[in-house]
Amino acid sequence: MAPEKTTPAIELINVSRRFLSPTGKSLTALRDFTMTVERGEFVAVVGPTGCGKSTTLNLVTGLASPSAGEVRVMGAPVKGIDPRIGFVFQSDALFPWRTVIENVMAGPLFRGRAKADATAAARDWLARVGLSRFEQHYPHQLSGGMRKRVALAQTFINGPEILLMDEPFSALDVQTRVLMHEELLRLWSQAKASVVFVTHDLEEAIALADKVYVLTAGPATVKSVYTIDLPRPRVVADIRYEQSFINYSRTIWADLKEEVETSYARAAA
Amino acid sequence: MTDAAIDIRAGAFKPGTSDAEIEAAAAKALQHRRRTVMFWRVAILVAFLGLWEVAAREAWIDPFFYAMPSAIAQRLYEWTTEGTSEGPLWYHLYVTMEESVIGFATGSVAGIIIGVALGRNRMAADIFSIYIKVINSIPRVVLAPIFIMILGLGLASKVALAFVMVFFVVFHNAFQGVREADRAMIANARILGASNWQLTRSVIVPSAMSWIFASLHVSFGFAIIGAIVGEFVGARFGIGLLINIAKGSFDAAGMYAAIVIVMVVALGAEYLMTMVENRLAKWRPQPLHETQ
Repeated sequence: MAPEKTTPAIELINVSRRFLSPTGKSLTALRDFTMTVERGEFVAVVGPTGCGKSTTLNLVTGLASPSAGEVRVMGAPVKGIDPRIGFVFQSDALFPWRTVIENVMAGPLFRGRAKADATAAARDWLARVGLSRFEQHYPHQLSGGMRKRVALAQTFINGPEILLMDEPFSALDVQTRVLMHEELLRLWSQAKASVVFVTHDLEEAIALADKVYVLTAGPATVKSVYTIDLPRPRVVADIRYEQSFINYSRTIWADLKEEVETSYARAAA
Repeated sequence: MTDAAIDIRAGAFKPGTSDAEIEAAAAKALQHRRRTVMFWRVAILVAFLGLWEVAAREAWIDPFFYAMPSAIAQRLYEWTTEGTSEGPLWYHLYVTMEESVIGFATGSVAGIIIGVALGRNRMAADIFSIYIKVINSIPRVVLAPIFIMILGLGLASKVALAFVMVFFVVFHNAFQGVREADRAMIANARILGASNWQLTRSVIVPSAMSWIFASLHVSFGFAIIGAIVGEFVGARFGIGLLINIAKGSFDAAGMYAAIVIVMVVALGAEYLMTMVENRLAKWRPQPLHETQ
């Protein structure tokens, strides 16, 4: 057990990822990308829009494979989709024809758990995200924030050891988003999962994460890594007014700003 | 929740009007609207039939070719009470329905299965798409004599014709529906642990269902067309045979009577289909209520 524990949850070692555009041109999304996520660590990845942030997550899930370099999960190279991984999408990825509880049960049922067992687990998770009253609703009957909570329950019910999040809250309004941050931190502190949280919102990244990776404008590579030494448990709604938070914010933004400007200039050209 | 059912326009109500009053007024307006729609539907039908009757009786149009509603009604009455020259009407209707329903059921099941299979397998789709295009380009009606030659005058040739009429419509929609399935949803299911089969069954097929249903709506009508065309070309029973015989004896009223029967059956089938669809698609958001 002991030596296993020492291997990081996720390692990306000198990874490059190229893909072909529809016109047949070869594009590079990631270049010499190196990142390590320790077990139980919360890592946020920020970078300019369209730089290849989401590509890093797809490499870890096994939905995409690297063109060069190595991706390791729990010390072993990635081969296909790893059942220890959970993923929260930016867009609404719930199944609209299933009720809330059927959506949450989907994972356990896919993985062959008995129906009664899955129902009980789904009830439990719906209670934890405060949606017990909405079991029999369909997704379109819920607000955006409630749908995201269903998505969190759907992911957490599988007990993921690694949680990948691709700008999960970017479609929500600011107030709902802060509530979702609290919700996520609470679930994460109970589940002890390693998290990679991709976002373009720097304040969100600092408020949530232990470490913030700043990426360069595409092709993305790691520009710098900041360790966020704010005490936990954090109150996301208030933390942004603390002096240390503001200092982090100022330092990292100075770094990120250059890349955002480069990416903007390129898009305008 | 967020759907505003009825637009409350400025100035429509005095300030201080209670919610109950507004709701009552809205319910009244809705009922009024329904009645107006129903009134005009009936009025147009009555006017059309009346004009036809008068035009035929006054010899503005030749009743020999165009018949008249009263004669058609008379013929329908005779057929239902005394039976046709070829035996009881119900038996003919039964035969046509049997052919249509079997053709519809087999054609749509085959269309869905093959559509989903090719939609999921890009390689197979690329290989077979050319053949499907070639076969699809054949006007279905010309197959009728071939099927009758091969399969005979009985049930099988009409079922085969109804089948090919239905199959391609359903196939195309099922294929397209599979291709349009949301990528994030598919990725989500795979990461949640779905195997390929589970993915197809519980994500791909349900999300293609609204496409498939759109095709099922029209294709029952196509199945009836297939059966009737088959009966035209050669049959011993069926509504198509009745039309053919009426044509042979210059019995215009008989031809229109047969058409009316087909219309009623097709409308009934359409109604049934809508009911089934509404029941299966209760997860979809209700359409916004239209205001006048």
